[in-house]
Amino acid sequence: MQVTATIIAYFHTCLRKMYLHHHGIRMEHTSDVVYEGKLIGESTYEDRAAKNTQLELDGIKIDYYDAKTKTVHETKKSDKMEHAHEAQVLYYLYVLQRNGIEGASGIIEYPTLRQRKHIDFDPERDVPIIEGWLQEIEQILEQEQCPPVINKSICKSCSYYDYCYVAEEIEN
Amino acid sequence: MKKPYYLFNPGRLSRKDNTLKFTPVDEAGNEGQPRHLPIESVEELYVFGALDVNSAVLNFLGQESICVHFFNYYEHYTGSFMPRDYLLAGKVQIAQTRAYTEAKRRMPIARSLLDGAAANMLRVLRYYGYRERDLGLPIAAIEDLRQRLPDAKTSSELMGIEGNIRQNYYQAFDEIILDYDMGGRSKRPPKNEVNAMISYGNMLCYTQCLKQIYHTQLNPTISFLHEPGYRRYSLALDLAEIFKPVLVDRLVFSLLNKKIIQANDFRWELNKCLLKESGARNFAKYWDERMNETIQHRSLNKKVSYKHLIRLECYKLTKHVLNDGEYKPFKMWW
Repeated sequence: MQVTATIIAYFHTCLRKMYLHHHGIRMEHTSDVVYEGKLIGESTYEDRAAKNTQLELDGIKIDYYDAKTKTVHETKKSDKMEHAHEAQVLYYLYVLQRNGIEGASGIIEYPTLRQRKHIDFDPERDVPIIEGWLQEIEQILEQEQCPPVINKSICKSCSYYDYCYVAEEIEN
Repeated sequence: MKKPYYLFNPGRLSRKDNTLKFTPVDEAGNEGQPRHLPIESVEELYVFGALDVNSAVLNFLGQESICVHFFNYYEHYTGSFMPRDYLLAGKVQIAQTRAYTEAKRRMPIARSLLDGAAANMLRVLRYYGYRERDLGLPIAAIEDLRQRLPDAKTSSELMGIEGNIRQNYYQAFDEIILDYDMGGRSKRPPKNEVNAMISYGNMLCYTQCLKQIYHTQLNPTISFLHEPGYRRYSLALDLAEIFKPVLVDRLVFSLLNKKIIQANDFRWELNKCLLKESGARNFAKYWDERMNETIQHRSLNKKVSYKHLIRLECYKLTKHVLNDGEYKPFKMWW
């Protein structure tokens, strides 16, 4: 199974969302938050795209890869889901390593916060962790039943919120 | 915000860079002042007048996932330009098909849809019942028929009960509507003003349901209450069943009773009554306002528009077919 970076990020935020997304039940197109994030990704660092350094490998798509310094750049709107962003970049570095690119590192950029965060990849430490994720992901995605709703505060701003929480509570 | 556009005037629709251009053309072939419709503002197009389009504009609309609904001279729904599905989900498709083919799974959904429709019809009647109109008999009759829903074993039995419910329901209309007589439901063609209004409103409701389904992973041709037919998006008919009383009928009452639409908004032909363009325009305007009105949703704890309620119904159906929550129909609670 090809695991995309979105799946990795959702694995670290909500298993239900990961499952639904994988099976084609997508809600991202309904969300202004997602749209805004996409715009920020497209409208910042515009000069980079001209250098044609988008990288596609094993089902992942790295927005900007600087081959000279072996750096993966990932742009995000806010650091609210920082651990999920870190996981996503670690996964990029893992895929690069699997394809023979050793010693790459990553930077998460938050242009609206004027912040950046460095991510280092340590094969001995990170490869077993990531392979553990992949095993768990595969097992969840193969289940017949969708994982339950998680009832967390992050749900409110999620594009899947309406889908997950719509109900007719009171019976007439 | 995106909104639907209603094109009543004849003309030509073309692509101008990244926007749509509508050029009115009169009967003599004279072009009028063109109007630009920014593509980001277009939710869908309703075409009532004669319209010229070319493949460039259709490709553009397809790329932007914008549906176009066509209506003939008699304001009758002709069909829709539905862009390629952009939300394919094999898992949902299979689950939806299974839910249809297995009778023991199909019947509960069909029953729920009809129960929701009946509950909403009763809500409408009770509201007017409180307003010193004598609606006791039809209300009692519909309540009685509703009790029989759990006993219906086949979908044709269900549709039989549905027919009886509707008959009682429409009989109450003559009590509710002040200046016009309906004398029962007549369609293809509608025989009088009330029927012309209902036919027109039902079409708007059907196309709205169709559009909402299009923006989900459900397949619009696989339905539960109505028999999936060819040439028809029958799942949109299923959903419309629930929403017609809430959205269409209440609007018809209010437009007629408040005299917003009047006798001179109709045209008569041989054996039928139709809305004139003035009436159709006005109806569409109020329909649109109604679609964007919001209510506080009970489980989502936020305001949602009427049209979003239809989308939410699609989500509930999707979850039901995936065994991710039992489908309960929308019932007006206010």
